[in-house]
Amino acid sequence: MVQFSLPKNSKIRVGKTWPKPDGKNIRKFQIYRWDPDTGENPRVDTYFLDMDKCGPMVLDALIKIKNEIDPTLTFRRSCREGICGSCAMNIDGINTLACIYGLDEIKGDVKIYPLPHMPVVKDLIPDLTHFYAQHASIMPWLETKTNRPAKEWRQSIEDRKKLDGLYECVMCASCSTSCPSYWWNSDRYLGPAALLHAYRWIIDSRDEATGERLDALEDPFKLYRCHTIMNCAKTCPKGLNPAKAIAEIKKLQLNRVV
Amino acid sequence: MRYLTARKRAEGKGASHTGTEHHWYMTASAVGLAFLVPVFLFVFGRALGQSQEAVIETFSHPFPAILTALTVLIGMRHFAKGAQMMIEDYARGTMRKGLVILAISISYAVTAVAFYALAKMTIIGFILGAMAH
Repeated sequence: MVQFSLPKNSKIRVGKTWPKPDGKNIRKFQIYRWDPDTGENPRVDTYFLDMDKCGPMVLDALIKIKNEIDPTLTFRRSCREGICGSCAMNIDGINTLACIYGLDEIKGDVKIYPLPHMPVVKDLIPDLTHFYAQHASIMPWLETKTNRPAKEWRQSIEDRKKLDGLYECVMCASCSTSCPSYWWNSDRYLGPAALLHAYRWIIDSRDEATGERLDALEDPFKLYRCHTIMNCAKTCPKGLNPAKAIAEIKKLQLNRVV
Repeated sequence: MRYLTARKRAEGKGASHTGTEHHWYMTASAVGLAFLVPVFLFVFGRALGQSQEAVIETFSHPFPAILTALTVLIGMRHFAKGAQMMIEDYARGTMRKGLVILAISISYAVTAVAFYALAKMTIIGFILGAMAH
């Protein structure tokens, strides 16, 4: 059965409060911490930053904390401009990218947790192994049967436009980890991100495995566990709409039957 | 402890190639019920509070009887399939299968009882009508 309470060893306790610096523009940060090596329960540490000496984004604050206050704070980051998807985390209750989420968008204290309902590797780093394997399972590459053309696979401007709103996904997992259906059945439900990518290849005019792709998705759990909750579309930091992509796959499945 | 690769876990047992019929039935029955339920509520509401003879007289007519039968039949099938979806969301393993069987059984039981009541009212209404003439 679905669990409605955390196991004993996952219950969050109050953590360390770090010293408050001098300054007029001080902001409080509450950050989830968990180190598997200590064997202790997760905790929420409290940090204070002088915002006059900090960059505008949440990632700037995290980097400042790591560099100047607590070097043990662990999180993923790379591009710092919303392209790599590494710094996805739950900020102020919303799954988003720390690098493009402004501190001015948050009222009150800044609360930062790892992406929900995923195993945690350490602190703000979720284990995305299963998420990536699900992405790989939808064959995210061009499948063709016709002999390779001498020059290139051609595509009209109209057909290329159909990929807009799909190819921009950076696989940050914000959408899938905001989806209650994915929380409860992620072992079988592919989730919004993998299904958005699946649709991206299904409607690619150059791809010749449309039938096989639809066959592989026709399942009460892999596809039809989406109940159009729309959290995915609401949370996507890139402004994409995975729920619409899933609905389009359902329409294509229906067109094969009715 | 099982040494399975992440890809094997993600693939699971593969696709069952079902689900579209279920999705289509839920869509089609929802459209049907959107029309049936308001009319049924109107007919049922008018019969509420009336004497037993008046209620039997109402439901012995073809339109209210067929309308009620359709609403119960389609409504209960819609309930069974919707409940199955909800149970699959929350329950696992044997509990999941048991609850799905229970939901389907309840839907069939309610349908059977409703059909029996309708048939009884229709027959009694027919007899009463014949005696009045």
